[in-house]
Amino acid sequence: MLDRRRFISLAGGVSVLAAARPLFAAPAASGPNWDRILVLVELKGGNDGMNTVVPYADPLYRRLRPNIAIERDQIVQLSPELGLHPALKPLQEAWKAGDMGVLLGVGYPNPNRSHFRSIEIWDTASASNQYLSEGWIARAMQGNPRPSSFVLDSVVVDDNTLPVSGPGLRNIVLRDVENFIQQAARLKQVAADRGGNPALRHLLKVQGEVHQAAFTLRDRMKNAPAPSVEMPANPFGRQLDLALRLLTSNTPLSVIKIGLGGFDTHARQREPHDRLLGILGEGLAKFRTALQGAGLWDRVLVMSYSEFGRRVAENGSRGTDHGTAAPQFVMGGKVKGGFHGRQPPLTDLSEGDVKYTVDFRNVYASVAQRWWGLRGDSGNFKPELLGFV
Amino acid sequence: MLPARIRTLAIGTGLAVVLSGAALAAPMGTEQARHLLARTGFQPTPQEVAAFERLSHGEAVERILSTMRPKAATPLPDWMGMSPAEFFQANREIRREKREMKEAAEVKGEAKDRRDRIVGLVRQQGGDAKAWWYREMLNTTSPFTERMVLFWHNHFTSSVQKVKYVPALMRQNELFRREAAGNYARLLRDVARDPAMLMYLDGATSRKGQPNENFARELLELFTVGEGQYGEQDIKEAARAFTGWSVDRQTGAYRVYPALHDDGSKDFLGRSGNFDGDDILAAVLAHPRTSERLVEKLWREFVSPQPDAAEVKRLAALLRQNDYEMKPLLQALFLSAAFQDPKNRGTLFKSPVEMTVGTLRLLQMPVDDTLRLVRGGRLLGQDIFDPPNVKGWSGGEKWISSYTLMLREQGLQRIIQATQVAYGRRDMARPMADKEQLEETPVEGRSMRNVPMALRLPPALNGIETARLERILLALPPLTAVARDAAPGAAVAQMMLDPVYQLK
Repeated sequence: MLDRRRFISLAGGVSVLAAARPLFAAPAASGPNWDRILVLVELKGGNDGMNTVVPYADPLYRRLRPNIAIERDQIVQLSPELGLHPALKPLQEAWKAGDMGVLLGVGYPNPNRSHFRSIEIWDTASASNQYLSEGWIARAMQGNPRPSSFVLDSVVVDDNTLPVSGPGLRNIVLRDVENFIQQAARLKQVAADRGGNPALRHLLKVQGEVHQAAFTLRDRMKNAPAPSVEMPANPFGRQLDLALRLLTSNTPLSVIKIGLGGFDTHARQREPHDRLLGILGEGLAKFRTALQGAGLWDRVLVMSYSEFGRRVAENGSRGTDHGTAAPQFVMGGKVKGGFHGRQPPLTDLSEGDVKYTVDFRNVYASVAQRWWGLRGDSGNFKPELLGFV
Repeated sequence: MLPARIRTLAIGTGLAVVLSGAALAAPMGTEQARHLLARTGFQPTPQEVAAFERLSHGEAVERILSTMRPKAATPLPDWMGMSPAEFFQANREIRREKREMKEAAEVKGEAKDRRDRIVGLVRQQGGDAKAWWYREMLNTTSPFTERMVLFWHNHFTSSVQKVKYVPALMRQNELFRREAAGNYARLLRDVARDPAMLMYLDGATSRKGQPNENFARELLELFTVGEGQYGEQDIKEAARAFTGWSVDRQTGAYRVYPALHDDGSKDFLGRSGNFDGDDILAAVLAHPRTSERLVEKLWREFVSPQPDAAEVKRLAALLRQNDYEMKPLLQALFLSAAFQDPKNRGTLFKSPVEMTVGTLRLLQMPVDDTLRLVRGGRLLGQDIFDPPNVKGWSGGEKWISSYTLMLREQGLQRIIQATQVAYGRRDMARPMADKEQLEETPVEGRSMRNVPMALRLPPALNGIETARLERILLALPPLTAVARDAAPGAAVAQMMLDPVYQLK
């Protein structure tokens, strides 16, 4: 049967084999760094990059955003041209300490402005016209057997599992560890080969993963030290708290994914956007302090991403419509701080949107190769690595 | 019931003659009746299956389609008459009160103040609206109506969180009921003028010179033709065409503001003209992908996870031939060979709402506070009136993650436990007794150690043999065989906790 992915590949002249091959795989001579963990932070809805890392010195910025521009005297200056939204002030310490990087102008060619399609592109590291069903991390890890101490590869605390979805990775979606362990014991275990149709097989696969993961977590969490820093008392803070407890328990895994929603700010965006960035900034700053205290900061890479940035010019509703490239934050003890890449100029727009300067697949390839130490083949895409790790 | 019986018999005979299909007129039997009821409604009860298994498939489909309810029976909340002006004024007052209490608490140095108990109007009325819909789903005589309203709610999404003015969402729900199996073209035109939709996708603030693209984009991408059929410029032009369609701030009703409408020339899908919103809608309705995508979505909702391309073309053509009337399409869909194919039984997941409402209907559990079901649905990933985003709930495999699978089992265990209370006493008038025990502790925190894994059977399930209960409760044979001589309560509990119960 000619499925959708294959059809698109054929139509686009992309070889079927290349599309199915591992993206950033094959281990380095020294072997991958399996003690390193990526904490992915998805900013759902399309974060307004222009009001996050603000080109405050550019008069065009204020001209295109007469109602929603960040006041110049409020900006947390990072350079003579760029500064952080004031709600992100808690991150200033990490910036000064040199363990926070800002990747500028990250996007991809022929940008898609649909939420669903664009997050799919980001999560699967596909080209704009290429449809892949497996997540970029799942493909990067393909052919790299994890040590036998790993019984799960990722924990997803929000509800989008696509970056880690794929046959090779064992993922669980988790909200509350104690409850998870308690309940897992009650799920009836049924041999997975009993399943007839795909729906039933899916049910049994999930059940099997639950049992495996619960067993490990029960042992690990028992001996985990209590976190030294309290995370903020909001839903994002609770996700960070869970991530923190997983990290301090030393449960072997490679990815923790959390998320913050509400960034689709089409109308009257200042109040909600300011609030969301405040939650993000406070949360990540405390997360950093806690991990430093636990001696884990060098083993963790925090990376934010969003499906797209937003239109440079504000719309008539004091909001912004869907746009293209935007900055990403990276944080961690091993991160090389500062700016990476190049800020897209406001004088060179395409359909009212900035043009990307860094392909997001280069960011992913840098994480795969330089953070985890996975080497090699990237299919048709030839990555240019960035120096942030 | 005599007239209805005569009527269905007459229809059955007529169909048998016209279609000369003996199979169509023959009684459909237990399995097929269960399948039809479970796919078009909620978990069927033994009584419903008994009433349907003697009908032919054609008669049964006809009965489902002809007994729909254009209006909800559950009385509307008393705040429905509130205008937006009154709503936002009242909400401001609540927030001010909350702020003052916070300040007072800080002055007194109280650690825990009472402000957390004061809930804003959006949450109050949002909770009322959700609880209202659950009540209607629990009690309705037409489960199919509810499934179609859920379908439209998941297609033309709007959320309390964004819209805030809850009465508009209730009106939208009324619209979905009126057009539940009405006419898709009419529904689309009404949705484009629906105040909740105008607020949800920012049409209300879109005006000449500064069009907001949100509605135009989702109209093309999600509601009608779908990706690949239009370009970015089409979105921009469509957005211009809809400018001026807004909401009257005083009354909350749809209102056109001619001065805000862009009446310049627009280029849309290869044609040019001084288009307004209705011209755009007419253009997308004329596009074959609109009907095909709707049929694909209905197929995944009611038939199987994989739409059959040839059947989709046939059914979409039927929809267009009937000027987007939904009933002929739905009838053809439910009478299709794929729908009746036993291979497609148990291939779809029950949504959280179907799981909860269906189980409570099956067990005829009295529920005195449906707000609890709202919380349960939210945990399981389906917060009605608050879809996660404009695309709605993905459904299918996405309903079942390690997290939600465990919560589903937990919820079923709670219901099993609750039957001990509800049916364990002579005093049946007492609804869901032991309120403090069942409600005050959150579901997640309570100890499950002493839960007896057997039901107290409700009267409706009494005296039915285990083998028949199994055929009514489960779409496929259970993974763990249920002993034929097991106590009925234990047998039913075992069936409900079998993974197969998650399927329909």
